[in-house]
Amino acid sequence: MSAVVLPAPAATPRRISDEAFWGAVLITPYLAVFALFVVFPVAYGVWLGSSPTAYRKLFQDPIFFSTIVNTIIFLLVAVNLKMLIALGLSGFFLHEERWVRWLSVLFLIAWAAPSIPTILSFRWMLNPEWGMVNALLFKWFQVEGPGWLTERHYGLGAAILVHIWKSLPFWTLILLAGRMAIPKDLYEAAAVDGATRWQSFRYVTWSSMRGLYITCVLLSTIWSLGDFNSVYLLTGGGPIDSTHVLATLGIRYLRQDQVDVALAAVIVAMPAVIPIVWFMMKRLSGEHVQD
Amino acid sequence: MTLRKLPLYATGLAVFLWTVIPIYHLFVIALSPAQEAVASGLVPKHPTLQNFGLVLGAQHNLVQYFWYQLATSAFVAVMVSAITLAVGACANYAITRIRIRGGRAITNIALLTYLIPAAFLAIPMYKTMGYYRLVDNPWSLIFAMVALASPYAIWVMNQAARKIPRELDESAKIDGATTLQIFWHVYLPLMAPTLVAIGTYALLLAWNEYLYAFLMLATEARLTLSVALGNFLVFDDAPWALLMATGIIYALPPTAVYYAFRRYMVSGLTAGAVKS
Repeated sequence: MSAVVLPAPAATPRRISDEAFWGAVLITPYLAVFALFVVFPVAYGVWLGSSPTAYRKLFQDPIFFSTIVNTIIFLLVAVNLKMLIALGLSGFFLHEERWVRWLSVLFLIAWAAPSIPTILSFRWMLNPEWGMVNALLFKWFQVEGPGWLTERHYGLGAAILVHIWKSLPFWTLILLAGRMAIPKDLYEAAAVDGATRWQSFRYVTWSSMRGLYITCVLLSTIWSLGDFNSVYLLTGGGPIDSTHVLATLGIRYLRQDQVDVALAAVIVAMPAVIPIVWFMMKRLSGEHVQD
Repeated sequence: MTLRKLPLYATGLAVFLWTVIPIYHLFVIALSPAQEAVASGLVPKHPTLQNFGLVLGAQHNLVQYFWYQLATSAFVAVMVSAITLAVGACANYAITRIRIRGGRAITNIALLTYLIPAAFLAIPMYKTMGYYRLVDNPWSLIFAMVALASPYAIWVMNQAARKIPRELDESAKIDGATTLQIFWHVYLPLMAPTLVAIGTYALLLAWNEYLYAFLMLATEARLTLSVALGNFLVFDDAPWALLMATGIIYALPPTAVYYAFRRYMVSGLTAGAVKS
């Protein structure tokens, strides 16, 4: 053994083993958390949700198909609307006026404050009979306001509104950071070439931010799929279970002690979720390679 | 000149109203006497602090455990923050400084957790906590939130740790420092700004969490405040003025913490995102 000559100037053996030892010790807490509270639940969930009867029950439930439709509407409208507004607002917050700076600090409050009180504030404000919105509509315009939370489409619309209200500052901030990373001379060069405002947006801003924007849309899609609060605390899935999305439907089954159906409701979304996650993993972990 | 700025002012006004209206409404109702919280106007006619008095004095059935619930929320938030920091910093040090084998793979699987929709994972997590006999115990919520917060912690820390020159570790090693001494005296102080950001992030995540707490906690005196707020809705004629006052008291500490550490939060948050 001692005849083997190491080509590289190695550190003393004691130090290597010291580092290897502490490396193993320090990574263990995270691996334990991950094994006990991520791997085990996921495996347990797949096992619990693997009986064909659960899927039969799920597909026979008339709520299921309206829930799928709601979920798709919720995702398409909420995510795209939110990201488009965030993209526009990120340009607004680029202005250097003092009042814009102050407004950006205030704007963050929707993100900073916990969501429960503000969702409940929306809920009471939009209450068709006793809420402030319909009271003022009647007082000012003598108009009977619609049942914001008691009709399916208004209810879903209100949930989308609340969802956007809560998460808009976060995405605006991310896109603002993306805009600030674009070198100023690109805009100057575009101006010298006589580009219009639209052209400089199209060829400078958008072409620099497209990757970030797509990443944000995909990430937001996955997270919005897991948004339970906006629907549950606003409409509770009602009226007559017509505004459920997959997140609230799954929890509803769970509360009814139908764990297998709850998991089936989550697992049916996987064909849509897994490709996005796979794509995102490539994007996000690719970032580590870059520098 | 002014006319050209009109769209800017209009956008500013829209952003202001959009942000402020739900919060303003929260205060109007909280400051109204119970009977005036219904079909309220734009300003409370007889503003009063009696709702806040009821909450702080725990003088209503729905807020009788207010202080217990506040304590549970605080305990859970502080524990999640501390454990996430400890677990995250240890893992990050092992991955980026000691460069253990498989460090990249661990980062990637951690990232995978971050990409599971929260409400989806909640279902098997609840059953798992039942299996571990932790249901209705604040530790079930603490462990679940640590599991959700630590992947983001590791990811952000990985970005930050790369900016610390490895020469510092090397020279400390030459001076005879042990691995643990480098961790404690070199790595942790240099990572302090990121640790503040992550600690705040985990604290707020846990304090604000509703769904996991709603599933895992049951005894009324041991709920977190967020769940207690949701439980107001169980009653057909929820006392909305009281609910809004409780909501404001619940929202104040995390909002204050967020604004106090805003600079750290914003730089930590956007550090990873911008580059893709």
